Amino acid sequence: MNITTQSYKPGEHPSLPPPRNLVGPVKWAKDNLFGSITNTILTIVAVYLLYLIVPAILDYFFFNAAFEGSSRAECREIAKGACWAFIDERISVFTYGFYPVEERWRPNLAFVLLFVALAPVLFDKVPYRGKLLVFSLLYPLLAVLLIVGPVSVESMHFSQGVSGPLTWLVIFAFASALFVYGSKTHNALAMVVGIVPAGFVLVAFFLSDALWISIPDSIGLTNAADDIYIFEPVDTHLFGGVLLTIIIGVTGITLSLPIGIVLALGRYSNLPAIRTLCIMFIEFIRGVPLITLLFVASTMLSYFLPPGTDFDLLLRVLIMVTLFASAYMAEVIRGGLQSLPKGQFEAADAMGLKYWQTMRHIILPQALKVSIPGIVNTFIGLYKDTTLVLIIGLLDILGVGKTAISDPAWNGLSTEVYVFVAVFFFVSCFGMSRYSLYLERKLHTGHKR
Amino acid sequence: MSDVAEKAKSMVNTDEVAIQINQMHKWYGEFHVLKNINLTVPRGERIVICGPSGSGKSTMIRCINRLEEHQQGEIIVDGIELTNDLKNIDAIRREVGMVFQHFNLFPHLTVLENCTLAPIWVRKTPKQEAEETAMHFLNKVKIPEQAHKYPGQLSGGQQQRVAIARSLCMNPRIMLFDEPTSALDPEMISEVLETMIDLAKTGMTMLCVTHEMGFARKVADRVIFMDGGEIIEENEPEEFFTNPQNDRTKLFLSQILNH
Repeated sequence: MNITTQSYKPGEHPSLPPPRNLVGPVKWAKDNLFGSITNTILTIVAVYLLYLIVPAILDYFFFNAAFEGSSRAECREIAKGACWAFIDERISVFTYGFYPVEERWRPNLAFVLLFVALAPVLFDKVPYRGKLLVFSLLYPLLAVLLIVGPVSVESMHFSQGVSGPLTWLVIFAFASALFVYGSKTHNALAMVVGIVPAGFVLVAFFLSDALWISIPDSIGLTNAADDIYIFEPVDTHLFGGVLLTIIIGVTGITLSLPIGIVLALGRYSNLPAIRTLCIMFIEFIRGVPLITLLFVASTMLSYFLPPGTDFDLLLRVLIMVTLFASAYMAEVIRGGLQSLPKGQFEAADAMGLKYWQTMRHIILPQALKVSIPGIVNTFIGLYKDTTLVLIIGLLDILGVGKTAISDPAWNGLSTEVYVFVAVFFFVSCFGMSRYSLYLERKLHTGHKR
Repeated sequence: MSDVAEKAKSMVNTDEVAIQINQMHKWYGEFHVLKNINLTVPRGERIVICGPSGSGKSTMIRCINRLEEHQQGEIIVDGIELTNDLKNIDAIRREVGMVFQHFNLFPHLTVLENCTLAPIWVRKTPKQEAEETAMHFLNKVKIPEQAHKYPGQLSGGQQQRVAIARSLCMNPRIMLFDEPTSALDPEMISEVLETMIDLAKTGMTMLCVTHEMGFARKVADRVIFMDGGEIIEENEPEEFFTNPQNDRTKLFLSQILNH
């Protein structure tokens, strides 16, 4: 078509497709690879370097690698490359640490259920989402019960006398009565003061050996002599590897978000007492390295606690990791809060929405959306920081790897171990990062014309 | 004082008073923004407030629903005195709708959700009923077909009409407009003004900060001119425009009418 032959009256010019050479792969290559002489030279050099490097890497890790053998020497006889037989032999330790072999179905089941619990939270097109969300809420309890087993709460056993169980029952009855009273009279304080202890008693009972061992025992469901309990308690010292990494990572991630939101709102609030408290907490935690907090958890805490109280090291570590991540999360979310124009608060106020309604329906959905990159950044940082627990003697996947390297039969295979650990972390973190991109796209509502 | 203001003053303490402001002062830190504001708005009256920027006109109407706090004097809205009591503030905000210069729609909610949010959560209206009301008012502002779009997909004029519909969904007895057309392209101003004129015909009490003098002439019962935090002059629109009393008012009018 000749340009000069086209003419339209004013206001009647149609939209035409763009010229051919402005779109498509040829255009892309021209722009990005061969845009100028320097660009072309760099492209050729880069292709040559890739030609040198990629085959060598593939050779070492795959084509010339040994997948069988029972020691490093045997590996060497088979192939010159990586010795994956080592990882293969240690895979169960890498996965579970020293978790008893016959009980490993429990963390496996918990792991599978983790995805069932996560699906409705992460994606909104899941069938039966409402019902599954209830399961997601109950999942943490179920996971603790499965992985750790019943906690010994002697005062709940009738065998230890009636007064113990009776005290628990009275506390529960009183607290739940307070909650019911509060909900009937719309008294938020009474509801909170009631629900916290009532919930605590319920959780304690659900996780206790009174429910899962003593009661079945006393009515003859299990036989103590046979030692066949459904949920044998497993000492948390035995946890390790991927299991430990996931426990610390998932706990830290799921708890740090809500705590971080509360801290951010507190720091953003107009009430001086609450604001000061939140600022002090956040600044203290951010001012101290995580390793210091972990050392406090592992050693110093026992000086401050009354003698005889001994609560689980893993639990202490979980609390510290969660608090640490929460402080960072709070600041990320505060950034999101500050990015919102004042008009959003004013519009909500002008319509008569109350503080929590405004936060829940207007401010947080927008602030969290803006903060997604920062939130996921904090998640990923936290997930990788879980490796620091090896300093206080917990064997996460990196810790297990380090001990494996010192095995004399497999001496000198640190590359394989570290590559394996790196791949594990990369897969997890890359997954999180892709999910965050998906979420950003899904929540994008503006200017889609 | 003009006849209108006299007439308004005589209605004090009857049910027919929508807003009553007595000797109200406000400071921003050291800065005295509002000085001795006295204003009585009978129910159903349409008031246009104008004045140079920084004269305190926006601040004054924002005091009426407590987006700004006044430090002295009293404001009585719909028979409820505005104090620090949150119950009173909530009660007043339920009855007073507000439209902002920059629309302030909620960008993460659809147009329909923007309109039903407050009725559902503040008035506890059932969702279906709230949606019917919302569609009714979206029809009134002539954009029912945009109900399921997001604000970011609409033009400025459409967004402002949604904002008006959103306020109306709460069935307010008083509407405040804070420069509703100042952020709009010239082509879109008239569609918003038409919506406001339609609203005025329903007998709604309206306080409108605007420089749209054509609108003032057409619908206002009274025009108030503010400068330096004070009400300088108030009068019926015709008198106000053709026969301003105060020198400051004359200067202002000559500037905005002859540009």
